[in-house]
Amino acid sequence: MIVKDAVCPFCGCLCDDIEVEVEDDRVVAVTNACELGTTKFMGEKRLKGPILRDGDEWKDITCDEAIRYAADMLLSAERPLLYGWSGTHGEAQCVGVHMAELVRGVIDNTSSVCHGPSILAIQEVGHPGCTLGVVKNRADLVIYWGSNPIDAHPRHLSRYTRYAEGFFLENAFRDRKVIVVDVRKTETANIADEFVRIKPGGDYAVLSALRAIVQGKTETIPRTVAGVTREQLIRVANLCKSAKFGAVYFGLGLTMTRGKYKNIRNAIELVSELSRHTKFTISAMRGHYNVYGSNEVNTWMTGYPFGIDFSRGIAFYNPGETTAVDVLARKECDAALIVGSDPAAHFPRRCLEHLADIPVVQLDPYPNATTAFCNVQIPVAVTGIDAEGTAYRMDGVPIRTRKVLSTDYLSDREVLSRMYALMQEAQER
Amino acid sequence: MTELLVKNACVIDPLRGINAETMDIAIRDGKIVEEVSDAAEVIDARGMLTLPGGVDSHTHICGTKVNFGRYMSPEDMRAGRTPRRGPLHSTSGYSVPTTYGNSYRYSVMGYTTLLEGAMAPLEARHTHEEFIYTPLQDTMANTLFDGNWGIMEAIRDGDTKRVAAIIAWTLRAVKGFGVKLTNPGGTEAWQWGKNVSCIRDPVPYFEVTPAEIIRSIVEANELLGLPHSVHLHCNNLGTPGNYTCTLGSLGLIPDLNKKRQTLYATHVQFHAYGGSGWKDFCSKSEPIARFVDMRPQIVMDMGQVMFGRTTTMTADGPMEFNLYRLHHEKWSNHDVELETGSGIIPVIYRRKNLVNSIMWAIGLELALLTKSPWQCLLTTDNPNGAPFVKYPEIIALLMSKKYRDAEFATIHPDTAARVPLPAIERELDWYEIAVMTRAGQAKALGIQDLGKGHLGPGADADVAIYPLRIDEVDPATDYQKVIDAFSRTEYTIKRGRVVARRGECLIDGSNATFWVRPKVSENYDMGKDPDFIEKFDRYYTVRMRNYPVQEEYLNRNRCIETEARI
Repeated sequence: MIVKDAVCPFCGCLCDDIEVEVEDDRVVAVTNACELGTTKFMGEKRLKGPILRDGDEWKDITCDEAIRYAADMLLSAERPLLYGWSGTHGEAQCVGVHMAELVRGVIDNTSSVCHGPSILAIQEVGHPGCTLGVVKNRADLVIYWGSNPIDAHPRHLSRYTRYAEGFFLENAFRDRKVIVVDVRKTETANIADEFVRIKPGGDYAVLSALRAIVQGKTETIPRTVAGVTREQLIRVANLCKSAKFGAVYFGLGLTMTRGKYKNIRNAIELVSELSRHTKFTISAMRGHYNVYGSNEVNTWMTGYPFGIDFSRGIAFYNPGETTAVDVLARKECDAALIVGSDPAAHFPRRCLEHLADIPVVQLDPYPNATTAFCNVQIPVAVTGIDAEGTAYRMDGVPIRTRKVLSTDYLSDREVLSRMYALMQEAQER
Repeated sequence: MTELLVKNACVIDPLRGINAETMDIAIRDGKIVEEVSDAAEVIDARGMLTLPGGVDSHTHICGTKVNFGRYMSPEDMRAGRTPRRGPLHSTSGYSVPTTYGNSYRYSVMGYTTLLEGAMAPLEARHTHEEFIYTPLQDTMANTLFDGNWGIMEAIRDGDTKRVAAIIAWTLRAVKGFGVKLTNPGGTEAWQWGKNVSCIRDPVPYFEVTPAEIIRSIVEANELLGLPHSVHLHCNNLGTPGNYTCTLGSLGLIPDLNKKRQTLYATHVQFHAYGGSGWKDFCSKSEPIARFVDMRPQIVMDMGQVMFGRTTTMTADGPMEFNLYRLHHEKWSNHDVELETGSGIIPVIYRRKNLVNSIMWAIGLELALLTKSPWQCLLTTDNPNGAPFVKYPEIIALLMSKKYRDAEFATIHPDTAARVPLPAIERELDWYEIAVMTRAGQAKALGIQDLGKGHLGPGADADVAIYPLRIDEVDPATDYQKVIDAFSRTEYTIKRGRVVARRGECLIDGSNATFWVRPKVSENYDMGKDPDFIEKFDRYYTVRMRNYPVQEEYLNRNRCIETEARI
């Protein structure tokens, strides 16, 4: 059987034109997806059933036992942390928010360690953006800043920018210019029309210089700014001003380097400035296929995109205090539920030391680095493969992922709903 | 079977011509019935003012831009928050509350039906997801067609039936309710950083004018037999002198429908400005009201501005950019491929600001100068003019000259020379307020036959009982009592259950979503049209099969089928 128009649950591009060939409830071939997506669709080595740590060993337990364990853990915790959420569907994220509210926990998603600073910048100056199709059909200038789509979002170039067809571009490949700004010559830089190489940590200065040039203050620019020559800066600024439609896509190279959210703020203000001359937009290259959905769900349900603390009953948001890394580093939380992410692979050592000391339940189809820290792991269906549900693309477009095969695994939503029901029952007693 | 009897209610039910009669309301299984058994639970309304549940025919509560308003505004989220309590979830936000915040606060004010004013088709799923978490009101969404490529091409080709066919396909796909035009043509021009100044400017590339878009889509709307008329946010919002553009747009509209208006012009306050610039900015509410008085085919809503902080959000991207250049606050914009766009900025309307003072006066003038309350409905274009929690104050202002004068004394002193408000003596009565907040809104939306906006047998049992005796309160002088009563019902009843009592919501409900499926002939099924399919595949970034909103996204599914004439 071939499933058409399947939705790839890997990165924020959320490609929805995938063809998946299924035989005997196994994926045997994947067409249209990139290497990352294909690997995910073909992925095997899932955990067979829930496991419980028993001394140095793992013991198989039933799903009911695992769910009961998690519910009891959360109910008896004083300050539970519910973390992850970017690798699951929106319906599960909604249940997660209700659970956090019920146990007065902290709920945070992976954006606190990726595009969190971008969100802080947006909260200061706003976000002039657009859907990916607007760029595809109109943009004659695309800038990748601190992002390397060839490795991280392989089909971004072919679906939306460099190699995409565009309604208003006669010969899109020739008429569309691509600028890459980075500290090293990446694969993406090789296919750019202009490569701007910045000394590490110099992004803020380069953005400020471009803003000055766009404002007509060229005479204030020194001979070089963070390793970029004045001539090149002027050339880039002119390319921007003369474009009919420009689009900036930035990645963690801008968000997580020196300056952090100030870099993003500066980039957004450059785009707002350019909007007085021509059409310009800016957007983040979001990582997980549904990290943006997690921000959206949290926002409509609690008012904030990530890092929400319910310990006072109300939703309280203070990134740097109510975000997962901080709650762990301060050894504050006394239990953790991890859903759809792998913090052990990404968090600082100090956080992991604390994670090792507290009860942890993880919902994840595969054994991962966090498994080593778990007391219980519940393997679930993979959204987009054996579970369906809503995901939000990096530009905010919501798409319902398809189920391409059937398995006995429960979805995240089903597991969490059962957990939440037990918790509600216990609270009513 | 559950039964409820509301006794001794002082009922105003304009759709049935009932004006302040003391009567009982019988409810069985969520519907109003003739009578109930003795076993029914009884609520003694003790002569309190009892109205059909409130209907808001233009509000922004759910969807991409509303949520982005929250996302970018933690300061607004902090400005209003309540903890989880009993069956109620926590809420955050003042001008753009979380979905639960919207739902609980509207419910406490007696509102039971809400129309989201602007849903981009491509992002419709998001609106429907948020509807699920708006539990205490029935919901429906106006769907944006202002910059739709397929439609503009069909208009250029003079093919109104194809326009109708594209609307039909889209409404069905995105589970939309009505047709919304926001700055028609302007949202497409804005994707090049441009705008259209009024109805005669051609849209870049497509070479159709806003006037052609409006006229053609109005015709298409009637070909499809949709319950609601076209819902128009005119071009040129917010600029001095724009009233001529507004009159020009309203003048395009023939009278095509016997049951309701042919055009719903929204937040007309923002479109009723005189002057050649900000220096001689003034009210032009009079010519607009007079124009509407003579045309039964037009219904408008106020779009009242109230002083204080709020967040503006609209599909009108270029207007928001202009506002950003005036206010220098944070600015967000979100263009949507092949369809529309949106913009958001926070604003503060100040009494000490002359322009803001004039805007405040214009909204009130529109309501007071328009003869029929059925033609000027009460809204703030929530949250653009003010958050909806200000409705009770607006009601009181419309009912009391004394209150208006007291407020007028606190605003910019030059306002008097620019607006007719001080000379207007009219004070609206309870019946007119009932029209402007529920009956008129239900009629304009075309949902009275679906049991909304009235209390006749067969209607949905949505009832608002306010703690106020109209024979004891003189609204002209006791305006604070009017504000208090409309801020907090004694009982709000939704689908036959008491959902709010004296300012507290009592249960977690489950809403219904109304949407429209026009039945068109095979030839006009765009799902099978090769040209439509080809363009979709080439220029959208979502596959056509993944575009429609599945029925899983509808809590209670109220599909309205219409017989289209194509």
